Amino acid sequence: MDRGVAISGMGIVSAIGMNAKENFEALKKGQHGISEVELVDTILKENILVGEIKKSNQELEQILKLPTPNSFSRSSMLGMIAIKEAFRDAEIQVKDNTSMAFVNSTTVGGMDMVEKFYDSFLTDKKNQHYISVNDAGSNTHLMADYFNIKGFVTTISTACSSAANAIMLGARLIKSGRAEKVVVGGMDGLCKFTLNGFNTLMLQSNGFNKPFDDERVGLNLGEGAAYLILESQSSLQKRDKTPLAYLTGYANANDAYHQTASSEQGEGAFLAMKKAFEVAGIQPEQVDYINAHGTATPNNDLSEGRALLNFFENKIPDFSSTKPFTGHTLAAAASIEAVFSILALRENIIYPNLNFKTKMKEFDLTPQIEIKKKEVNTVLSNSFGFGGNCSSLIFEK
Amino acid sequence: MNSCFINGIGCVSAQNTFENTFFEDAIDISNLNIVKAIKPNYKSFIPPASIRRMSAGVKNSIVASSVAIKEASADQLDGIIVGTGLGCIQDSENFLNKMIGYNEEYLTPTAFIQSTHNTVSGQIALKLKCKAYNFTYVNTGGSFQSALIDGLLMFEGEEANNILIGGVDEHAEYTNKLYQAIGYYRQDEEGKKNILKQRKSGVIPGEGASYFVLGNEQSDSTYAKILDVQLVNKLDQIDLPSFILDFLSKNELKLDEIDVVILGNNGDDEFDTYYDEASSIFESSTLLYYKHLFGEFLTSSSVATYIAAKILREQVIPEHLLGEQKVRKSDKIGNILIYNQYRGKDHSLILMEDV
Repeated sequence: MDRGVAISGMGIVSAIGMNAKENFEALKKGQHGISEVELVDTILKENILVGEIKKSNQELEQILKLPTPNSFSRSSMLGMIAIKEAFRDAEIQVKDNTSMAFVNSTTVGGMDMVEKFYDSFLTDKKNQHYISVNDAGSNTHLMADYFNIKGFVTTISTACSSAANAIMLGARLIKSGRAEKVVVGGMDGLCKFTLNGFNTLMLQSNGFNKPFDDERVGLNLGEGAAYLILESQSSLQKRDKTPLAYLTGYANANDAYHQTASSEQGEGAFLAMKKAFEVAGIQPEQVDYINAHGTATPNNDLSEGRALLNFFENKIPDFSSTKPFTGHTLAAAASIEAVFSILALRENIIYPNLNFKTKMKEFDLTPQIEIKKKEVNTVLSNSFGFGGNCSSLIFEK
Repeated sequence: MNSCFINGIGCVSAQNTFENTFFEDAIDISNLNIVKAIKPNYKSFIPPASIRRMSAGVKNSIVASSVAIKEASADQLDGIIVGTGLGCIQDSENFLNKMIGYNEEYLTPTAFIQSTHNTVSGQIALKLKCKAYNFTYVNTGGSFQSALIDGLLMFEGEEANNILIGGVDEHAEYTNKLYQAIGYYRQDEEGKKNILKQRKSGVIPGEGASYFVLGNEQSDSTYAKILDVQLVNKLDQIDLPSFILDFLSKNELKLDEIDVVILGNNGDDEFDTYYDEASSIFESSTLLYYKHLFGEFLTSSSVATYIAAKILREQVIPEHLLGEQKVRKSDKIGNILIYNQYRGKDHSLILMEDV
């Protein structure tokens, strides 16, 4: 039987931990990682809360033992820490990497460095080496060099669904026989550019984000990175490795409604879920847990809620958004939540939707608010982004 | 497993590709330091209010994709896949300038929204009300090729009948200066620059938007068939011949069966040696060049794809693409190989066949 594509390793860094174990402990204890901005030099400090990783760039460089000066952006360094863990988890040595493919995703890329030195680039040669990571792909290439990956390497950027699409492409590369092992995922560090951008859109909350709550006022931006190792069955058999879980369903669709907002009925989301179940060849009622996109913006949660109600014909399985823990980590969100989904399958636990108090007026929808032990065999994870981009992934034991 | 045909093309570039007279005549750009695309008549395609708001890359993409879709008579698309090296760099620059210039105050959302990398693919979907698969690749010199590979995967997996693929990049003033400062782009210089003869450090930057409707069925509008695409991020020059030979043998082709090779020479003395290496193994193929007429940009191999498709359909080789070379094969043009790399990274091969 076609069991989809195997996942043989995973790694994660987020505001609730620097590896999978720390993240899982925080999820179990209900410990969120939302705080005031400390590491980004912005005038917005007093207006917003974020899911910030409390490690300076210098500390990240030390963790990775990077020579200085280097041209790694914060996003790249977070990404590399997560990839290292994923390789360890999959028991893959760096010397094996030459035949590996790498599908990265990011929205920030090297923007954190570019914005820092933007004004002085032309006059101060000292930091000019950061100009080379102005485009997103160059960040990926530097990371590939660090891990000695020399095969197919690419970068996807589709806003907040980026990592879901990276995971999807990786699965398709394996299914087509174009790759045996692929590192897939996303990364985004916090920077002034995105904090200010979301500020102009008035999408950020000055308190803790409350997905699916009637009084939700917006999101908390977060930062982080997470990666999976996708592997073909034959490759797994060759090295006698048991997978963590399987990716069985995936799909992307477009809302084609508005450049930044989701349609009222969540048509793109509905289509993405529908196609993902077709790919997986399973029925919606087989889902044990949904990790929702749930950004806590008024628009997303209404649109996603409607799409869920329509798709599951009002019988929605247990669902929650884990963004109250990590904040919205943009390009990394879908891979961070993929790791949470795989942990839910392995540990038979589903996570609480923190900060939820009041049901939304528009419909009767209550997310899971307590941590819950249950048999979890199938998880659906949704991610939606600007440009109407909607993606759904299905993970199974 | 389905085949992949190019059934429609729209190409906005520094040459008259959009008007489709480029094969007859080329514009001399050798005195330019920055090569800009010729603006098409946006008014025929985009409402006036949007023309003011949209950046060049978005506008050129909308125009080029409309033309490609019309030519292919593709009423329904099963995917929109865009590759862009620098993304919407004009709007990124615009937002950055204001954010830094006004110390994070008085900012408006428009530039931020439009700076998102997938603005182009999102805008095309919005215009067409196309709810299908929608991806954007931002992978330096391998952005367009990534989009093509994704497209091939869709046909191989029988997931699509018609898809739109594009490559787009635009100039932004300050960004050009930054790349000049680190030597990626040449410093402004007087006079004519024959990049095919005189190599120096850095490239002459260009821009453009090329869109292709790919279909699983041949039609009256078919230009050519795309057989295979390969992309690797890193390659030592010494390994280039085996990279090319392995790719050809995977596709059951011998070196002398490649009638035309389109090379990405851009005049950068540090990296054009890769093209010398590639040229040296093709003894009987006609070698063509194009960046001396279009400038270099991260998605410039989309222009090479346009050129290859047109040569295969019309069976004509424009003289202005020959550089100092001669036509080595005068009979039928059956197979064309495009080789490109950017600054020694993102080595790609695109293999196309006549129909």
